[in-house]
Amino acid sequence: MLKLGGWRLEPRPEPSRALVFAVSVGAVLAALFVTGLIFWAYGHNPVTAYRDIFVSTLGNFRGFAEVLRKTIPLLLAGVGLVLAFHAQFWNIGAEGQILAGAVAASGVALFVPVGAPWLLILMFAAGFLGGAVWGLLPALLKVRLGVSEIITTLMLNYVALYGVQYLIYGPWKGLSTRGMPISDTFVPAAWLPTLTGTRLHWPTLLLGVLLAGAVLFLLTKTTLGFETRVLGQSPKAARYAGINLGRTTALLVLVAAGAAGLAGVGEVAGLHHRLVEPAQLSLGYGYTAIIVALLARGNPLAVVLTALLLGWVSATGDVVRVTLRLPAEITGVISGLILLFLLASEPLLRYRWRRVGREAIPVPVTAPVQEGGR
Amino acid sequence: MLEAPPAPFPLLSAHALSKRFPGVVAVDNVSLELRAGEVHALLGENGAGKTTLISMLYGLVPPDEGYVSLFGEPVRLRAPKDAIARGVGLVAQHFMLVSRHTVAENIALGLPGTPFFRPTRRLKRRILELGKRYGLNVDPNAYVYELSAGEQQRVEIMKALVRNAKILILDEPTGVLTPQEADGLFEVVRRMKGEGHGVIFITHKLGEVLDVADRITVLRKGAVVGTLPREGADATTLARMMIGRDVVLSRVASAPPRPGLVLELSGVSARNDRGVVVLKDISFRLREGEILGVAGVAGNGQLELAEVLTGHRHVTAGSVSLAGRELGRASIRETFERGVAHIPEERNGVGVVPGLSVGENLALRHYRYPPFSRGGLLNAAATQRFAEASVREYGVSTPSLQTRTGRLSGGNIQKLVLARELSERPGGAVKLVVAAHPTYGLDIGATEQTHRMLVGERDRGAGVLLISEDLEELFRLSHRIIVMFGGKVMGIVEAEGADRGLVGLMMAGGTPKGTYA
Repeated sequence: MLKLGGWRLEPRPEPSRALVFAVSVGAVLAALFVTGLIFWAYGHNPVTAYRDIFVSTLGNFRGFAEVLRKTIPLLLAGVGLVLAFHAQFWNIGAEGQILAGAVAASGVALFVPVGAPWLLILMFAAGFLGGAVWGLLPALLKVRLGVSEIITTLMLNYVALYGVQYLIYGPWKGLSTRGMPISDTFVPAAWLPTLTGTRLHWPTLLLGVLLAGAVLFLLTKTTLGFETRVLGQSPKAARYAGINLGRTTALLVLVAAGAAGLAGVGEVAGLHHRLVEPAQLSLGYGYTAIIVALLARGNPLAVVLTALLLGWVSATGDVVRVTLRLPAEITGVISGLILLFLLASEPLLRYRWRRVGREAIPVPVTAPVQEGGR
Repeated sequence: MLEAPPAPFPLLSAHALSKRFPGVVAVDNVSLELRAGEVHALLGENGAGKTTLISMLYGLVPPDEGYVSLFGEPVRLRAPKDAIARGVGLVAQHFMLVSRHTVAENIALGLPGTPFFRPTRRLKRRILELGKRYGLNVDPNAYVYELSAGEQQRVEIMKALVRNAKILILDEPTGVLTPQEADGLFEVVRRMKGEGHGVIFITHKLGEVLDVADRITVLRKGAVVGTLPREGADATTLARMMIGRDVVLSRVASAPPRPGLVLELSGVSARNDRGVVVLKDISFRLREGEILGVAGVAGNGQLELAEVLTGHRHVTAGSVSLAGRELGRASIRETFERGVAHIPEERNGVGVVPGLSVGENLALRHYRYPPFSRGGLLNAAATQRFAEASVREYGVSTPSLQTRTGRLSGGNIQKLVLARELSERPGGAVKLVVAAHPTYGLDIGATEQTHRMLVGERDRGAGVLLISEDLEELFRLSHRIIVMFGGKVMGIVEAEGADRGLVGLMMAGGTPKGTYA
């Protein structure tokens, strides 16, 4: 083990909840500190820069509504990812699953002629299925053939991205859009209500919070949740216990990817009201949701908080661009830094420094008397 | 001729070494001395502090108190390389070899003065030379993955000798060997002794100690119980010193099996995951109230046999019949429901999930049946009741039912596994117990309890298939013993009055005459 001065690094049996929380908060603060250095390098006083950011995102109702709006897709996709990560399914494909959900919902909105409440319900159902199907493919490949889901889910993101582009440049291109690559605007029955004066489509937010509670219930109170926890900690023990690994994994991924699909529904039904360019549609929510899920450390309720945090980071983009005149991509830098510090802080949970006594016992200078020598 | 004068200092001495870990004193004020030309056995149960002691002698952990002298000189060992440089070699239980490299390459790895290009060029002759001198047959050009456990162990010993080790520490060296290989090892140890080396031989097997040691130090709970010369020691004394009370190593009394058949295998063959045939034409019967031992060196099909009986692997030929009904392609779940109890070889990570609580692990196989769950919803109260009863009945010592199972000792984890596996299941009581190395790594107390439970199942009328590498255990508990080699049954012997030499021969692939299969 590594030794430094009078201290030694040794494995820690089990980190306490308080420590996990403190380390997570520390990682976030460290990321914000480094971002402050970036502001400073651009010639801004980090303190006033942060003050501006806080005032415009948290200091007024409309700003906060924007934070909540950005939280929604992160919450839905993040809750799904927590479930997938519990089953050791490393889903990097939430981005594609969001797009798939958006496409499925748009298809319903554009082509299914039903009335007011049913259209939205149908859109959410279709979006869930769309995301689920996009996740099921890598799940089956993993379960049946042992193909790494990290690769397949990631690659399917690009398939989804180009799929959306194909639709909006081709068959679904709007008739009334003057050549713009977007679909026609949905009928009003496909629009989610928003909080007055904001773009906050609150039903989706509510859905996200309910889903977080449902996943917590699933994990702690159901046999499927028990199987998930066994499977996630030890696939060999799961097999030994008679758990059908393939079926359980597929089922969980279905739910997880479906949740990401719901996020896609929220974006088209609550915000854009049409199918738009993938880059406008998702803004990398599927990738940011990975950070949300990791930061929540497997707790679906904690996702509500971590999604809010990264939703806030996302929402700072506009302020950063307008007030500080910096590229909005700085939000990606902040999220990236949070992830970086989070991963780098992992050893703090697994190891601890312990003071070791000064070099044990002084060694005598002369050879000692031999007991019972020959 | 005068005898050579004794060396002025012992090769190695430990002076009042102590080492504490949170909550335990692993080694308590231990002094020890190893002379030139001596085999000094360290005897003790698991957890007696043997491994911690040698870790201090080898520089892996620093002592909290006390110090080590080598060749009469007090030294502070900061790392194994300090120990190696001063002539100490360690052959650990788990070999540290690169399996895709040759023997010579493994020996060259990390050896000071190894040339950058063609690192093994000067080494091969030395390996052969040392091999001849010590009776250590190793082919320097062989790849490690081609070698048996015994051969790999010889490579480890060779590694130490090439580094001019005068002091060799062997940690449980016979655990992975056939009786014949163990004899080979003892021969090497005797030759090293003759060349003036000192050997520290760590074991918990009494027989070996009496075979090979010159002096014996017995450890219990981290402290030295006593050091005896070989002449003054016998098995009973040593056993009493080791565990602090008399143990009976005689056979467990048993009634003859009942007529009812629990298990019948005829012509069973199976392949492993890579498609290699690992079970070849296995046939045997197991009766109610019978313990059938399965002997064999690791990797000769015993585990695949257990897998076939527990639904983990399907046969490619032949048939398995459980209590008169064909097992067919029954799933793991179905074998559980049909009354197969499975004590898996790996406790942590298979038998239990270390990160889940004691209560959850007790419900690991029952959770999907009522009353543990209904309609997919878990019933915490039923699980709690079952867990409380199991913990009480099987004497699992745990701070609470919520404790993470990984924090329990090996003995308590095994009790937990037994409590769960031997319990009633939806299909009724246990009919067949498949126990793979059920006492591996357990101390004598936990071993005895495990044996009592297996015997209890036997007396209740279940059939027990006991797979073990511990011949002592097999002879103690079994009615009959199957010996497996290369995926085949080499023979089946009655345990009572069996010829152990014959069993050893069959374990090594020899064909006996006059036995039946």
